[in-house]
Amino acid sequence: MDALQLFLDNFADWQSFVRIWPLLWQGLQLTVLLAAVTLPLAVLAGLAIAILYSFHNRSLNILLLVWIDLFRSFPVLVLLILIFYGLPFLGLKLPSFAACVLALALNNSGYYGEIFRAGIEAVPPGQREAARALGLQPLPLIFLVILPQAIARVLAPLASNSLELVKTTSIAALVALPELLRSARVAQEQTYNPTPLTAAAVIFFVLLWPFARWVARLERDMLTRQR
Amino acid sequence: MRPLLDNFFNPQILAQYGPSIIGGFGTTVAVALLTIFSGVAIGLILAVVRAMRIGPADVLITTFVDVFRTLPQLVVIVFIYFGLPYAGIQLSPFAATVVSLGAVLAAFATEIFWAAIQAVPQGQWDAARSLGLGFFRILFLVILPQAIRISVPLLTNRAIAITKGTALGTAVALPELLGRAESAMAIAANPSPLTLAAALYLVFFVPLVVASRWLEALGPARR
Repeated sequence: MDALQLFLDNFADWQSFVRIWPLLWQGLQLTVLLAAVTLPLAVLAGLAIAILYSFHNRSLNILLLVWIDLFRSFPVLVLLILIFYGLPFLGLKLPSFAACVLALALNNSGYYGEIFRAGIEAVPPGQREAARALGLQPLPLIFLVILPQAIARVLAPLASNSLELVKTTSIAALVALPELLRSARVAQEQTYNPTPLTAAAVIFFVLLWPFARWVARLERDMLTRQR
Repeated sequence: MRPLLDNFFNPQILAQYGPSIIGGFGTTVAVALLTIFSGVAIGLILAVVRAMRIGPADVLITTFVDVFRTLPQLVVIVFIYFGLPYAGIQLSPFAATVVSLGAVLAAFATEIFWAAIQAVPQGQWDAARSLGLGFFRILFLVILPQAIRISVPLLTNRAIAITKGTALGTAVALPELLGRAESAMAIAANPSPLTLAAALYLVFFVPLVVASRWLEALGPARR
């Protein structure tokens, strides 16, 4: 019993939590803001890459595949450190928020690009030919005929990647951006116990868990359907 | 051009710090391999246990999977390294990184293997049972070989994504590639070490990413 009490005092101390909550709340807002700015940027970039790819211009597609694989291969933290600590040597000093947005958006443009690309390629060519025969111009053809079918096919990886993007915003802590995780680490210096870390983990879990369940179900459906 | 070369491809600095950074690459590869082996093995074991449908074990495994597939990797690493010492568990940076990434991959792998086991048509179970096979022989000889094949593309992508998290070890002072490069950059006041580290990460991950694209084209994920 004493051991349990000691554990709770350390990891879930209510007084510490009340004291540091304002700090965590600010951190949470920054986490949400970072995700809300980055997610649409990355999706749009990925979509642009996939649409350009769908024109099947050979040399352009090689470039696009290099872009996709390059950014999928780069650990996003390495990209962030390069942007935040490396670029100033070329005279380009970005604030930490902008550096995080840029690193996350570039990294995820590769992921979203590959997902949308695979989706578009999986739409049967007959769809494109039929739409063209009906006189649709290239852009309406992509947006009205191809994309809706492509997105339906890749909903699971799209959702999964979006969840990963939101989770990855926590690397901003490593360039001193006071988002949720960073705020928890700072708060820990005031409380001398790990309660802030527990609190941050619980906040992340409570907010993201419904999405994680949803993604798991989409992935399971996808596996079952392709049998 | 000159500042670019001096800053990012400075030969003297690369010669000076190269060996230390390449040593860090060894740590990165070790963490990556241990993560993949432990994560996939534990995931497979937990999925098999789930297939046995033991009530209490199901609850425990589902909780484990949900916690570790929902929390950001860095949050897990930071919690294990900076939080657990208060519970009397002090892990080295290396162990903390491997345990964290391994747990995250194990969670995803459990989920993927379990989904794949369920995706094998019921008729396979029925047919094997009518041939007189018992539960474990059906599971290991009939169902798992098919399930593992189904799970390869998803699992490969996930394993690569999580393995890239080795760079997060810098947050707990793990002297892997990124950490070594960052300290060399700070001492030399020059980002060339970072260029070298980035290049080494690409050497390690580009083949994996290209291979996973190839696997996906072969595998059943393509309809």
